[in-house]
Amino acid sequence: MALMSCRNLTIFYENTCAVKDVSFDIEAGDYICIVGENGSGKSTLVKGLLGLIPLRAGVVRCGEGLSPTAIGYLPQQTVVQKDFPASVYEIALSGCLGRRGLRPFYGAEDRKKTLENLKRMGIYDLRGKSYRDLSGGQQQRVLLARALCATDRMLLLDEPVTGLDPIATTELYDLIGRINREQGVTVVMVSHDFRYAIEHGGKILHMDRELLFYGPTKAYLKSDACRRLTGGMGK
Amino acid sequence: MIALIQELLSYDFIVRALIVGTLVSLCAALLGVSLVLKRYSMIGDGLSHVGFGALSIAMALNLSPLQVSIPIVVLAAFLLLRISSNSKIKGDAAIALIASGSLAVGVIVTSLTTGMNTDVNSYMFGSILAMSQGDVYLSVGLSIIVLILFIFFYNKLFAITFDENFALATGIKAKMYNMLLAFLTAITIVVGMRIMGALLISSLVIFPALTAMRLFQSFRGVVICSAVVSVLCFVAGIAGSFVFSTPAGASVVAANILMFALFSFAGFVRRRTV
Repeated sequence: MALMSCRNLTIFYENTCAVKDVSFDIEAGDYICIVGENGSGKSTLVKGLLGLIPLRAGVVRCGEGLSPTAIGYLPQQTVVQKDFPASVYEIALSGCLGRRGLRPFYGAEDRKKTLENLKRMGIYDLRGKSYRDLSGGQQQRVLLARALCATDRMLLLDEPVTGLDPIATTELYDLIGRINREQGVTVVMVSHDFRYAIEHGGKILHMDRELLFYGPTKAYLKSDACRRLTGGMGK
Repeated sequence: MIALIQELLSYDFIVRALIVGTLVSLCAALLGVSLVLKRYSMIGDGLSHVGFGALSIAMALNLSPLQVSIPIVVLAAFLLLRISSNSKIKGDAAIALIASGSLAVGVIVTSLTTGMNTDVNSYMFGSILAMSQGDVYLSVGLSIIVLILFIFFYNKLFAITFDENFALATGIKAKMYNMLLAFLTAITIVVGMRIMGALLISSLVIFPALTAMRLFQSFRGVVICSAVVSVLCFVAGIAGSFVFSTPAGASVVAANILMFALFSFAGFVRRRTV
């Protein structure tokens, strides 16, 4: 059984069909980039996988002991967060909350895990700083650390590099790649960055409301779906 | 200074107002941080107007004011929350509708029954004489419940305030905690409205949180600071109202304004020097 298996997902967003009859399997250790044009249902699909919006039809099944709430999610930034007074540590620690269940306060192992993840993301020294004073790249690392606190198995990233400068973008992609390779965390990433997706993604999932292509990147480059997105300029 | 405190404490009604007011400003400040950050500040204002309507109806029917207005305002809180989470109706406009609607109902009910008199004035702008002994017990009980629930759910409230989608994805029932927040806010507003007045109570929710955010960098720092600032301003406001014979609610707001200016200046200086 795959880590996550989706069958015939159909999702409506404000009365329009955003995702139609999509089926695919995610295997443990995969690095999947979800590509497609604006409004092709990429973010909606991710939200559907997480159960944030109701499915009109179809099922999402988690296998290999993955709990649906133990998926690390990195959502797109909201307006609220831009000037939010919270320290880096507080935000990363809140990733542990899912595991606490009904217990109201954090334990020692939560704090330890949070500090480890902050170190891993290279922002340990910033832990006392306020989130609103950080650069865009640093903010994304905080959210990545928080996502890692929530999971050891699978990350779902929704356009993590939006608004970052080229250097911060490369650094963040490197971090994500390392998490995938060194910790064996499955990564599913919505990406606008087509070139990065085909260079680094192990598999490509091409959405245009329906699933146009899902499979290894090499096969994707030869597919019609790829030609459609690049207008024949691919390779 | 000591003589002033002794004189203040020699009046029963001031002691009652101080006990209830301190607890209410504590609750309002704690909840206010989440409300302001979630862009729900106007809900507090809307609820206080609904509270005014409920209060007038209770008075007209000769019922206990708190027991009538609490259920009505709690219901209104859930309604407002639903409206603001529904993207098709603009939340701020809906709140304005409900607020002015309830105000109108309240004014009509009062003028048809008791007439527009000092009672109306005291609902609108608060009265330090409003608390009876029974009200005090009920208010203290409710405030303590609000405080306990807030401390118990502090971490979850932080998570849904910062990022509702992430919280949902990790299995936190964000809707339930939003309802909890609305519920606690409704109770705090109704209890505090008697002293502060329907038109001024929302300042207790909004001011301390904004003041604390001028200076503090962490969520916990902001929460603790806003609680301290809120209680200080309340006590200072009541003392000021006693000394200068100004209305209690307005004096508390004035103290909050001064504190906000002070913190803004301190924040400005710190940003310059760091």
